[in-house]
Amino acid sequence: MLSGNLLWVLVGTMLLGIAAGITGTFSFLQKQSLVGDAAAHAALPGIALAFLLTGQKELPILMIGAAITSALSVYCIQWIVSFSKMKADAAIGLVLTVFFGIGVVFLTIVNRSPIGNQSGLNNFIFGKAATMTKSDLLWLFLSATIIILVSLLLYKEWKLLIFDAVYAKGIGLPIEALKATLTVLIVMTIVTGIQAVGVILMSALLIIPAASAKLWTNKLSSMLILSAAIGGISGITGTFISAIRTGLSTGPIIVLVASTIFFVSYFISPAGQINKFRRKMQFRKQGDVR
Amino acid sequence: MIEFWVVLTGLLVGITCGIAGVFLILRKMSMIADAISHTVLFGIVMAFIITQTLNGFWMLVGAAIAGILTAYLVQLLHSSGIQEDAAIGVVFTSLFAAGVLLITLFAGNVHLDVEHVLMGEIAFVPWDRWTLFAVTMPKAVWMLLLVLLINIAFLLLFFKEMKLATFDPVYAASIGIPVVFLHYGFMTSISFTTVAAFDSVGAILVVAMLIGPSATAYLFSKTIKQMFIFSMLFGAAASIVGYYLAKYWDTSIAGMMAATVGLLFVVTLCSQKIIEHRRKTLVSKLENM
Repeated sequence: MLSGNLLWVLVGTMLLGIAAGITGTFSFLQKQSLVGDAAAHAALPGIALAFLLTGQKELPILMIGAAITSALSVYCIQWIVSFSKMKADAAIGLVLTVFFGIGVVFLTIVNRSPIGNQSGLNNFIFGKAATMTKSDLLWLFLSATIIILVSLLLYKEWKLLIFDAVYAKGIGLPIEALKATLTVLIVMTIVTGIQAVGVILMSALLIIPAASAKLWTNKLSSMLILSAAIGGISGITGTFISAIRTGLSTGPIIVLVASTIFFVSYFISPAGQINKFRRKMQFRKQGDVR
Repeated sequence: MIEFWVVLTGLLVGITCGIAGVFLILRKMSMIADAISHTVLFGIVMAFIITQTLNGFWMLVGAAIAGILTAYLVQLLHSSGIQEDAAIGVVFTSLFAAGVLLITLFAGNVHLDVEHVLMGEIAFVPWDRWTLFAVTMPKAVWMLLLVLLINIAFLLLFFKEMKLATFDPVYAASIGIPVVFLHYGFMTSISFTTVAAFDSVGAILVVAMLIGPSATAYLFSKTIKQMFIFSMLFGAAASIVGYYLAKYWDTSIAGMMAATVGLLFVVTLCSQKIIEHRRKTLVSKLENM
């Protein structure tokens, strides 16, 4: 059952979950969760275009293409919000669908071309961790490790940036550069994850662990650890389940594991519904006594 | 004739979504529409699993229920203290993942593959026909006409109320307008629109058509009526231009229509900026004279 490759894939998706849990927490706290969704969808045209231009399906080349269009989409959203009267949500929705639409256009062209037929680019839509080769996994390990390390390194600066940007600017931190680094890392996380989870559900890996962790704690450091743990557990469990039954895409299962953790937390965590209900009952009882 | 039906379907999608999108933009609910367009899949799969048929009516029901469920769940999570963007993200990704999983588990062999749901296949529209009142038209055209009628009826009935509930919800509630009912009614009509359109053009294009044309109209419209008119025009224009571009390059029609929506937006925004800039330089020139 636990063949050599599966073990490595499990470690890979775990690292991916951890990395997404960490960067996702920062983007969650900046209220940028859905920007991650747009950036993930926007990876599709980059992948297809990289394949069309180079004719190769080497992962690094496709990843560079994905990173370029993802970053471009984030930039477009910021540009639209600051240069027009459009609200952020409309800008995100517009950019997301337009980039994905362009991606579908290129993907159709790729699929029709003789070399593209077997390119397996369609796997990028829902992800297929089982198809990952040793060298794909090496890239995953490498970039996940970089993401985790850089996040730990910039922890203090980002913390200040998120909770008190004015003060951060006051003591001379390079705010714009820090924001840009965060965006770059989020894009990197997305690009790292799309092969395993797919462009449509990649954003879930950024959003759900962070949102679940927030239900348990209000402290950034513990939130990061929890979110990373939830991400890692979802990655491992999801990949394992999808490996047992062939024919299942990895992405949806990882997401479902994560969302199960979220809904359990939603009910039983300290800030959860059961606790809230109990407190309400207690207040009511006190009222009766009086 | 085949081309006629495809173009007509595209036109109807553009107009229907153009109408539905105006209040979506004004009420800042674009991302909820995006969420609904994903979760509609879940409703359709559930409808299939329960009824074991691919009957359009039950799918419409299933999708509408899924749409309302999405709106309701997002509202529930948001009101219990989870920030709105995260609430949307959690709900739609979970339901979409569940939908994809259910398809692979229970509906693998039927005409219900996920890529079809996402990207649609408008080119197949003319072959699936229904005859009603002695008129034979493609099923998609019937569905879209029906939903267009529902949307127009909703607007005619509640236009004043929607306007007030959108721009001043507190005042609207205080004079007794059922704000919550309107919210869910509107969400239902969005779900109907999404499900009628997605079968032919796919979920992604539905969102592009819902958000894009009205967002473009929003850039320069001064009144809500103006916004409605331009939104419909942009929707129709994007579908026609997109269709012929796709035909020219022989690629995905839905994808090309979405790309055209984006192009229209960028061109409008840029020309607006240029006009503004010209006006400014003109004013400063006049001041210097």
